[in-house]
Amino acid sequence: MAHAHDDPTSENRAQSELTAGNRVAFVDQYPTAARVTRLCFGVSFTALLIGAVLGIVQALHRTNVFRGVISSVDYYTVLTGHGVLLALFFTIFFLSGVFSWGVARSLDRDLLSRRFSLFWFGLQLAGATAVALAIFGGFVGEIPFEADVLYTFYAPLQAHPLFYAGLAAWLVGTWLAGADWIRLYVRWRRDNGGERIPLQTFMVLTTTLMWYIATLGVAVEVLVFLLPLSLGLIDSVDPLLTRTLFWYFGHPVVYFWLMPAYFAWYTILPKLAGGRLFSDPLARVVFVLFLILSTPVGFHHQYADPGIAEGFKFVAMTNTMFLLLPSFLTAFTAVASIEYGARQRGGKGYLRWMTALPWSNPAFAGCALAGLMFAAGGFSGIVNAGMNINSLIHNTLWVPGHFHLTVGTASALTMMAISYWLYPQVTGKRLQFYGLAQIQPYVWFIGMALMSNAMHRAGLAGVPRRTAEPQYQQFSFEAVFGSVPEMRLQIAAGALLLTIGALLFVTVMAGTWLAERGRGRLRVDSHLPEPISGVSDSPRVLDNMKLWVVVAVVLVAIAYGFPIYSMLADGAFNPAAPPVPV
Amino acid sequence: MHVHRFERIWLVGSLLLIALFVATVTYGAVGAGYGMVDAEGGQVDGTDPTASENVREPGVYNGSEDGHYDVYVETQRFLFVPGTNEPIRVPANSTVTFHVTSSDVLHGFEVVGTNINTMTVPGQKATVTAEFDEPAEYGIVCNEYCGSGHHTMEGSLQVVPPSEFNETSEVQ
Ligand code: HEM
Ligand SMILES: [Cu+2]
Repeated sequence: MAHAHDDPTSENRAQSELTAGNRVAFVDQYPTAARVTRLCFGVSFTALLIGAVLGIVQALHRTNVFRGVISSVDYYTVLTGHGVLLALFFTIFFLSGVFSWGVARSLDRDLLSRRFSLFWFGLQLAGATAVALAIFGGFVGEIPFEADVLYTFYAPLQAHPLFYAGLAAWLVGTWLAGADWIRLYVRWRRDNGGERIPLQTFMVLTTTLMWYIATLGVAVEVLVFLLPLSLGLIDSVDPLLTRTLFWYFGHPVVYFWLMPAYFAWYTILPKLAGGRLFSDPLARVVFVLFLILSTPVGFHHQYADPGIAEGFKFVAMTNTMFLLLPSFLTAFTAVASIEYGARQRGGKGYLRWMTALPWSNPAFAGCALAGLMFAAGGFSGIVNAGMNINSLIHNTLWVPGHFHLTVGTASALTMMAISYWLYPQVTGKRLQFYGLAQIQPYVWFIGMALMSNAMHRAGLAGVPRRTAEPQYQQFSFEAVFGSVPEMRLQIAAGALLLTIGALLFVTVMAGTWLAERGRGRLRVDSHLPEPISGVSDSPRVLDNMKLWVVVAVVLVAIAYGFPIYSMLADGAFNPAAPPVPV
Repeated sequence: MHVHRFERIWLVGSLLLIALFVATVTYGAVGAGYGMVDAEGGQVDGTDPTASENVREPGVYNGSEDGHYDVYVETQRFLFVPGTNEPIRVPANSTVTFHVTSSDVLHGFEVVGTNINTMTVPGQKATVTAEFDEPAEYGIVCNEYCGSGHHTMEGSLQVVPPSEFNETSEVQ
């Protein structure tokens, strides 16, 4: 048991902590929350499995290694499925699950109503299923569904109405999930007047509020423009406006991918490393910074767009650079907490302490390797964020190279790793195929190192993203580093390892799901040790959610008010572009 | 609230680094004069860009000064006009402003191996200016998904020696 290595003489360890290493599994204590978490994880992992299969198909196709599965026209159906299932459903269903666990655990009470929780889960699932049907209908000629619009669905490309309706239903489901967590908190507050918000709940609340602010953009885009357009109720849209609304949501969505990972790195990883969180107040500062800064940056996805003044792009860039701050702070805290853990476990030396870490514990290894890749992703992200160097790599393969390090590893691998630790607790079942779980993070890490470095370099050679063909007729790409055939091979080999990594993970989860309860000790418990610097001496204003929401809204109004106003000034549907069905 | 000394050092270091990033990009934009794509191109008709005053028929035109050229390119599913069926030809030692529009959906206009890389959005005109010192041949790709034939959307840009460039027949 990792936390058994904690320094036993440490004085701020409350007595309760020593006994609180609850031997009662989470599932028996909070059955509703456990059930919701299980269901959300089930959908999340299914999306991961399908997404990974689509991933290998497209990686082999576009590198010309194996093209027997799909035609180049179907490539975009596959790519839409990959993007939507992984970027939206795998991640957000996981978030819904892990947050349901986190609020129940940290507020020490179960979700209030099983019916309500199952309702929002059902709505999310129904929406996601509709979206998936609309996309995969594209493979079958006889089915009228068609949604090859990629996960960014830029108008005036037009998908089947089912795609937009499903998205809307799914969004409403996520809003209700947020309401469920908030209402549990409100109930807790009633019983615990002056207390500080428990850290995990604090993180859930800030993230949920961020989600409400950010999804407003995409909700307006879908409900006011795209759904009516696809139903023929309106006959044109202003593509720059809908694209701007998309990215108003599309950047913060990046943080919903990351927040479950940060949540895990702050509150669970220190324990897995054998130590304790370095500082609770700084964790709060980080989440508040995300809440207020993550929406007014969307224009950094539109550096290359006409019709947006350079000044707005500049404001977005400055905000973006400041948004590095919470991530820098997280890097510090994560490393410091891990090092503390290593030293508790007897680690010595300047760097040698690393060898004292539990590298054979898949939950720890996955989180740590994910964090390492995130650092690399941070560097390539700084290049993306600079508005002038951005034009070297905009929409090239560099960009997927970047975000497979961030969402595709920092988030995805952390989610998988945490599941090794959490899934047994919400099922009461011991993790099965432990040996597979132990190698899985390393397989993923090596696969991603291969695929991502080659994608970055291919991007520098100008190879575009989102294309089915490896080469063009009128010219050929010249590599700046390495050679083009070598890059293709690395992308394909990396993709293969990644897919194996995903299959290993799903095997472990499915095996655990199907296993019987009560066979073997759980090996894990959800007791989390107290941070080294506790919350008690930090300013109370940190917990003032209303204040932070107001600040966030004001910043959004500053960054978006004028540009949106100028797009609307000539009419919300002008300049008019009629729909182009895919 | 207690902030550990290392953490404070890290915090200050991070802020400095961020300030440095912003400063380099500001320098790039203001000092080195790298021109971003911005709102300068103005709005155009969403389906028939050439109908708008600020867009000319696709082709190469003389610019405001000697050695400056304006190139009007229309992107449409799955063609650059000009670019795909006939190459865009400009002389070396020139400054070229591309005026790129779209008559259907979003596209990309990327001159491979350069930093000429802009989105084209129906209803907007993108303008990017670049200098070409040496004769060279570049590929052009559409780097924003535009439909089932997206991967066929390509073209070429030929920067030819001034002696091979015929001002009277090649410039409109
Ligand atoms: C089995 C592992 C994976 C493989 C082999 C894989 C492969 C790929 C490849 C080759 C592309 C580029 C396609 C193109 O631009 O033409 C891509 C795009 C993408 N991948 Fe993955 N990927 C994997 C896992 C993931 C994960 C875990 C996530 C997120 C959680 C993810 C999210 C995305 C997204 C959002 C895109 C962009 C889609 C678009 O451009 O519309 N991928 N993937
Ligand atoms: Cu195109």
